[in-house]
Amino acid sequence: MSEDRLDVRKTYKLLINGAFPRSESGRSYEVVGASGEFLANVAQGSRKDLRDAVVAARGAQAKWWAATPYNRGQVIYRLAEMAESRRDELCEHVALAEGIKMKAARSSVERAVDRIVWYAGWTDKVAQVMGSANPVAGAFFNFSVPVPSGVVAVLADQSSSLEAFVDAVLAPICVGNTVVAVASERRPTPAVLVGEMSATSDFPGGVLNIVTGRTEELATTLASHEDVDAIDLGGVDGALADSLAQSASGSIKRVLRNGDPSSTNSTRRLRAFVEISTVWHTIGQ
Amino acid sequence: MTDQGLVSSQLGSLHYEPALESSSLARLKPSYGLFIDGSFSDPGQHENLVTLNPATGETLATVAQGSVDDVDRAVKAARRAYENVWGKMSGAQRSKYLFRIARIIQERARELAVVETLDNGKPIRESRDIDIPLAAAYFFYYAGWADKLEHAGFGPDPQPVGVAGQIIPWNFPLLMAAWKLAPALAAGNTCVLKPAETTPLSALILAEILQQAGLPEGVVNIVTGDGSTGSALVEHPGVDKIAFTGSTDVGRLIQQRVASTPKRLTLELGGKGANIVFEDAPIDEMIEGIIDGIFFNQGHVCCAGSRLLVQESVAEEVLRRLVRRVEQLRVGDPLDKNTDVGAINSAEQLSRIEELVAVGEGEGATRYSSSCALPSKGFWFAPTVFSNVAQSHRIARDEIFGPVLSVLTFRTPEEVVAKANNTKYGLACGVWSEKGSRTLWVAERLRAGVIWANTYNRFDPTSPFGGMRESGFGREGGRHGLEAYLNV
Repeated sequence: MSEDRLDVRKTYKLLINGAFPRSESGRSYEVVGASGEFLANVAQGSRKDLRDAVVAARGAQAKWWAATPYNRGQVIYRLAEMAESRRDELCEHVALAEGIKMKAARSSVERAVDRIVWYAGWTDKVAQVMGSANPVAGAFFNFSVPVPSGVVAVLADQSSSLEAFVDAVLAPICVGNTVVAVASERRPTPAVLVGEMSATSDFPGGVLNIVTGRTEELATTLASHEDVDAIDLGGVDGALADSLAQSASGSIKRVLRNGDPSSTNSTRRLRAFVEISTVWHTIGQ
Repeated sequence: MTDQGLVSSQLGSLHYEPALESSSLARLKPSYGLFIDGSFSDPGQHENLVTLNPATGETLATVAQGSVDDVDRAVKAARRAYENVWGKMSGAQRSKYLFRIARIIQERARELAVVETLDNGKPIRESRDIDIPLAAAYFFYYAGWADKLEHAGFGPDPQPVGVAGQIIPWNFPLLMAAWKLAPALAAGNTCVLKPAETTPLSALILAEILQQAGLPEGVVNIVTGDGSTGSALVEHPGVDKIAFTGSTDVGRLIQQRVASTPKRLTLELGGKGANIVFEDAPIDEMIEGIIDGIFFNQGHVCCAGSRLLVQESVAEEVLRRLVRRVEQLRVGDPLDKNTDVGAINSAEQLSRIEELVAVGEGEGATRYSSSCALPSKGFWFAPTVFSNVAQSHRIARDEIFGPVLSVLTFRTPEEVVAKANNTKYGLACGVWSEKGSRTLWVAERLRAGVIWANTYNRFDPTSPFGGMRESGFGREGGRHGLEAYLNV
């Protein structure tokens, strides 16, 4: 009689600048499933990890924005392909993390993959939908285009470990921002999987950075970081969200407090992290 | 005739006879109350503020110092008007009110121009040709949106936000009121407007215009006062949205104050605009554009082109031409139609300009100031250009908000993009070049909400205006300007 094969377990690491480091702090924390069973020891990111992630995101932003929208769309679509092929794995993680049945987890994963496809299609539409040619009273060609805010910090939703996560990180990425995301504190592994998939989806290093750990500790650093242009507070609420929003005013950050639109068809998340840039050019002979 | 009429140029000394607009056209009253719920309060019931003519230092009128209670009454009036009248009204009806307002501004344009020039100190040429016509144009433009909001790109049934608290600066008093009120009203909101402490008068004339237009009571309330009045508006729990134009420091404070509330916020803050000159730029237009970029409205412009970045190969010639042109600027009585540069708006602003200019000299930059004679009364500062400025100098980093230009140089397009973006601000930039492809290449890389190519300081109601980074967020103007006042 043969022995049962012993699982090869995975170490869950951070994603910073396209690499998968353990936290520089050497710390990790225990993540348990909805029924309390041990799931993993996940890297507990430090303030230093976050600062490294912001440097990576800043370094990658200009190039990501300079890529053609067609190219950005293909990169995001590639992520959907990777996620589709690893659906089973995502389902297991979502089911364990969120304490839901496999059938419900499967629906959630499918919606998440479809959401990635939705964003893949947005990259080369945003400028047409959000831009304009403006009929000014004078001999000028005047046009407005949406440009990215820059580096966006995302505090991911605490309960929806995958669906809300992809929504929150892809909206800013799709319009040319780079992202430093803090995954759900108690349910981080689906986000870590998305990070792994992004690394095999032609995402340039630094475009999506994911830090796992204690949300409150990490969020405080991000909200006051001078080189972060915008912050999505989706994963925090109450007094913590208030104090982070106050702290974000130090460098006039754009703050998205309630990103969940009433309709999944809303462009609210996309609009939250773009700036309208308007160019006037003289017309003459 | 004073020395002010003398302008030296290549052609010798040109003499301009004064061409004064009559201050009596302003028809100012000695004192004004607050405009709340459709009528003016008795000035006697308030503490008063004096508003001065900055060109003479003389008192123009007294206005009410709006208290916390006054702000409360105004917000409640706006709420009632929102719930009972304006929020229910059809877009077509709102539209027609806004068209009426635009028309009455045009009808009373000359009076408004004189009031603006008296209260602000800006040249009558600017208030007459820019501030007032543009204010009317913003109302006219947004009037047409009121019944077409479902076509604005924010979904099929966009709803107003509610009561908007709007705080405006002193540099374009009536125009800023129009930028705030017109889109808010078109979108179906009601408003409490707080004019700047030193320039309240044109907003109070606007209140009379709203009465003449028959605008329902409480739809727009105008509460004059100092910073404490603005603060009361920001803090009021009955306000759904705050729109602020002013300094980055105050904007930061407001963002912090509303952070823990459900209030929506847009901020239009300071700037340190880079005006970039490439060696192939058309020199005559470019010199005029640089002048207009920094000396328009005495440099009291958040988007002023206060950092001139000149390509090294032409820097010497540009500086020489610039200094010659500065010497020709006519500085003096704002009511004189020949005047190019008027008075500094307040003693406080003048001392800030003087302080930063002294810092510039101390840091080793080379100062050139026009030799023009300055009037003995009022607040004045001669147009000034600093050369040999380094990026680390405060005059290259801090917003001076006065007629002071800092000149720096560059060699390559990459270098100038880096230098232009080397600021915490991101409001406006200029690019001067005959090479369109390079202009667009630079424009794509500038972190600024507005980029003027071969022009500067142009405004139009169809064109979105607003900043990136610490210049604030949200846009005013155009289709985009509606978003700030719609719940979308």
